[in-house]
Amino acid sequence: MSESKFKYQGVGREYQKKLLTAWNDRLQSAESEGRKVAYLFVPGNVAEFLRVFDFELVFPEVNALQCGVRKISGDYILKAEDVGYSPDVCGYVKNDIGMMLAGNVGPSGHKIPKPDLLLCTYCGCTTFIKWFEALAHYYDVPLVMLDIPYLRGSVIEETDRQYIVQQLKELIPLCEKMTGNKYDHDKLVEITKHAAEAEDLWVQILHSAKRKPSPFDSYFEAVFFMAPIYILRGLPECTDYYREAMKEIQERIEHGVGPIPEEKFRVVVEGPPPWPHFRSFWELLKRWGVCAVASSYSKVGGFWDHGFRHDPTRPLESIADYCLTCYTNQNLAMRTDLLKTYAEEYDADAILIHSVKSCRSFSVGQADMREQFIRKWDLPTLLVESDLADPRYFQIAQLRNRIDAFFESLEHKRLVHA
Amino acid sequence: MTFEEQIQHFRGIVDDVSFPTVKEWKSKHPGGKVVGMFPVYTPYELPHALGMLPVGLLGAGGKIEIDHADSRIQSFVCSIARSTLELGLTDRVKDFDAVYFTSICDVARNLSGIWKANFPHQLVEYIHFPQNMESPSAVHHYRGEMQRLLGNLEQLGGKKATADALVRSIEAFNHNRSLCWRLYEIRQLTPWKLSTYEAYILLRMGTLLPVEEHTHILEGIIPLVDSRETKQRDHTRVILEGSFCEQPPMELLQVIEEAGCYIVNDDLLLHSRWFTDPVPANGDPLLSLAESYIRGSVSSSVRHYGLRSRKQALMNKVRSGQADGVIFCAPKFCEPALLDYVLFKDELEKNGIPYLAFEYEEKMGVFESIRTQIEAFVESVMFFT
Repeated sequence: MSESKFKYQGVGREYQKKLLTAWNDRLQSAESEGRKVAYLFVPGNVAEFLRVFDFELVFPEVNALQCGVRKISGDYILKAEDVGYSPDVCGYVKNDIGMMLAGNVGPSGHKIPKPDLLLCTYCGCTTFIKWFEALAHYYDVPLVMLDIPYLRGSVIEETDRQYIVQQLKELIPLCEKMTGNKYDHDKLVEITKHAAEAEDLWVQILHSAKRKPSPFDSYFEAVFFMAPIYILRGLPECTDYYREAMKEIQERIEHGVGPIPEEKFRVVVEGPPPWPHFRSFWELLKRWGVCAVASSYSKVGGFWDHGFRHDPTRPLESIADYCLTCYTNQNLAMRTDLLKTYAEEYDADAILIHSVKSCRSFSVGQADMREQFIRKWDLPTLLVESDLADPRYFQIAQLRNRIDAFFESLEHKRLVHA
Repeated sequence: MTFEEQIQHFRGIVDDVSFPTVKEWKSKHPGGKVVGMFPVYTPYELPHALGMLPVGLLGAGGKIEIDHADSRIQSFVCSIARSTLELGLTDRVKDFDAVYFTSICDVARNLSGIWKANFPHQLVEYIHFPQNMESPSAVHHYRGEMQRLLGNLEQLGGKKATADALVRSIEAFNHNRSLCWRLYEIRQLTPWKLSTYEAYILLRMGTLLPVEEHTHILEGIIPLVDSRETKQRDHTRVILEGSFCEQPPMELLQVIEEAGCYIVNDDLLLHSRWFTDPVPANGDPLLSLAESYIRGSVSSSVRHYGLRSRKQALMNKVRSGQADGVIFCAPKFCEPALLDYVLFKDELEKNGIPYLAFEYEEKMGVFESIRTQIEAFVESVMFFT
């Protein structure tokens, strides 16, 4: 893209950088300025609820993925293995423990504050519980569980919704006592209103990938575009960010350009990225003109593109629905159907599954999904394996062979059918 | 049959991956329904109250080749998940009418989804166990979850479960659990009379037979154990931790004992003694089961216990078993066990309790290096602590 034609490319990125720096600054000064800190997970996070009490929010997974991108996760993982963690357990957990043991300076160079509250939203990942139990062990702070039932059927059961609402209500006295701030329903209404505005804009960006060529890569770019919707959701500046980001997308649409020079293949991607080798992995696909038009990972923390919004008229219930429907809390049949639906909605040529050892919650079942895509729906599907945090599992030569072979055969098929 | 002959006979049944006891039960109960139970704990009382047969679905213990499941489940996943799926894909569990998986870990949870996709003729349930032990709502939510399970079973069997039938099931399993606990009492007080291998075989039979038949076996065999004249040895008393889901090779249990250990407590087949006290058999039966789950379950790495610490529970096991050390014996790739290991070993170090850790897989065939490790551990415990 030539810079002269474009006024808005990069404005979102710059604005996001500013917001995330401000967030890190707030975290760094939280302890000395007496603000309370809650740790929570990205999937189904109840940020809106905690913001009512003015908690500062730390997301250990975000730290872990940023350590991966900055290629420091490998050292932290080894540090955790030194104290007894197995090579076969989740790399995010080990990265986080290793970082804590090394003094808890985050990937951006900011000091990460100790938690006052560990709020474990059990959204479809049992390892989350183990992770926070370990942090409770090391920090000696209370661990509060927010039990989110996994979706056993294809719709939300009212009993599950009410169970979560009840638990949130039960949590109010503890949050009030810890922060000294009273629960304020009007404030929650306001926060969920901001959340819903940002969600509207985010969905517009996601849906823009239905265009041909797609102006946006729904995997390799989405993972950066999505940071504010998970970290800052509920704050007005989060909505501002998506307005800026939307300008970038709008401009790309006007000029008919996208993330790669020429879009040759449109794919739906399943699974988290290999953070320590993010660029290399993207390059392997760019060589073939591959654009990810939809992905499940961009919905890992929350699922909006089929209609869900935080709802100011029923804030607690909508928070419960948000927790219940985030991608990691959806059962395998729902996940399989979703990927197939994406392939149709976004007119994709294939499905690409990046299966990671660390996260069994994501990966167990993916090979079976592939069988279904290929046999039931004749959807070309490629499954490759590495890891989201542990650089030792990224075998570039092997990945290149598989990716090249797959797209060669797709290209060949296209030529034959032409 | 003598005690030893009975154990030999039961071993043959346990090793037979064609589930002969299920076939026999089905032939005696035309139209009867069989429900497969994946570990660690499942409410066996529910199918039992409807006259169904709950059966443990515990993998294949290295007895079959994994030909089909390898293409469905990646190599970095525990062997019980793959071998259980292989049992399904090779038609060895086609007599099962329903299968229960629970929220013990992400693998078991997703296996329920794989099972649903591959075996549409079976009723596949994923049970969400409550994780918020401090919430008064948890009991009611779990009671509702059991009501849902029961409703689906009723539909499967074409009849309703009465409150009386549920109470009788609770009583039947309470009695059976008390006998299983009795085996553990023997292991603690007179471990030379009953090896862990033998106790395991006896418990394992409980996953293959109707509870009444298993109770009958235990009632007959416990007096034989009591009267056994086996020699007490100068063994090291250990707690075995981490083998709660995937079944360790039985030879491994024997090797641990041969190398000089009395395993005085363990987390093998934990469902057989899941509740520390009898489930109340009065009042609302489902509520009793739910309350017992939340307040009266034994400690296990697959559960969060709120303010009750699992580290403390392990220390209690060490103290009550007068154990000299702990052996962490976890299946390869088992995250609940491997993640807990770090917290457990820190606690043991703090309390000066020696420990040893190794991993196993179903297909494991050579135990000599583990034997050497255990012998060295036993010596270090005997001579240096």
